[in-house]
Amino acid sequence: MASGHSDPPKLPKAIKLLIAGGFGVGKTTMVGAVSEIRPLRTEETLTDRSVGVDDLTGVETKNTTTVAMDFGRITIGDEFMLYLFGTPGQERFWFVWDELARGALGAVVLADTRRLADCFPSVDYFERRGTPFVVAVNCFDGTPQYELDEVKLALNLGSAVPVLLCDARRRESGKEVLITLIKHAYSRRPAAAKEASVR
Amino acid sequence: MNMERSPGDAQEEWLLDEPTVRPYVMTRGRTDARGRFDLVTIAVTIRSTTGAEVGLDPEHLTIARLCRRPLSVAEIAAHMDLPAGIVRVLLGDLLEKGYVAVQQPQPETDVLDERTFRAVLDGLRAL
Ligand SMILES: Nc1nc2c(ncn2[C@@H]2O[C@H](COP(=O)(O)OP(=O)(O)O)[C@@H](O)[C@H]2O)c(=O)[nH]1
Ligand SMILES: [Mg+2]
Repeated sequence: MASGHSDPPKLPKAIKLLIAGGFGVGKTTMVGAVSEIRPLRTEETLTDRSVGVDDLTGVETKNTTTVAMDFGRITIGDEFMLYLFGTPGQERFWFVWDELARGALGAVVLADTRRLADCFPSVDYFERRGTPFVVAVNCFDGTPQYELDEVKLALNLGSAVPVLLCDARRRESGKEVLITLIKHAYSRRPAAAKEASVR
Repeated sequence: MNMERSPGDAQEEWLLDEPTVRPYVMTRGRTDARGRFDLVTIAVTIRSTTGAEVGLDPEHLTIARLCRRPLSVAEIAAHMDLPAGIVRVLLGDLLEKGYVAVQQPQPETDVLDERTFRAVLDGLRAL
């Protein structure tokens, strides 16, 4: 930063968490349950230039897409602001995820055991990206109860990925999910990885 | 040692990636060339506006008013019902003219140092 300016006021730093998963799995519900503000909605209008670019001719087709994201906020003292973004989990929104995942501390993948496949793209995405994530199985009333081990197996998750049950409507439950994610992300931080790989 | 690709490898690879600059934002022909603002970049007004400023549109003044308390790009966009891309451009104007200060989010590489980890954990537990 330039040194000639007077010091800017001390501002809280933002920390970003993502809540992903299929349509109707409870993303917005969970954001609302833990957020200190009513969930807000923002739209990103993106021109995805990586789609349809022909390197040989230089001809470029722009695809403009608008994606709505629900988000909430949790103030952590006067130093940090935690932002939770409920993100659409469809593959065609991957470029939005790229935008959101940059700098994100971690992600919650919400799963519904009646439609488990809906969360596959999210799991794939965060695995590939290396974003720490946990899988939270939202327990809708009357849902057949699966063992968490079965879910883990079905999702082909690494053994270190936490899987837990939750009720997206309850703040206490959302809190537990977020705490599990923060702990997991901390254990996965680059420094911890280096310590673990020291020969 | 373990020679398989682990999630940790993937993460370090990702950390080396240059941020992709997508010049997708256009506002009256101006692109968002003044530096990117993340959705969670936080802005606060540091010089008050009177409404008579030359070169500030009503939207600029609204942002300056909203940001009397620190707000993220996403919140400004939601409150103004504008796409985040437009807010980024307007915020760029305000930053350039010295009306706001911004705080970029923690870079991914050190987002979870131990102090941050403890603070966030305590904050969540106190919810
Ligand atoms: N019974 C029950 N309903 C839920 C639960 N979580 C979400 N819902 C309902 O499921 C619907 C979809 O939830 P929503 O949060 O909008 O899903 P999103 O598309 O992932 O954002 C809403 O009507 C919620 O009230 C839950 O844990 N139990
Ligand atoms: Mg939703």
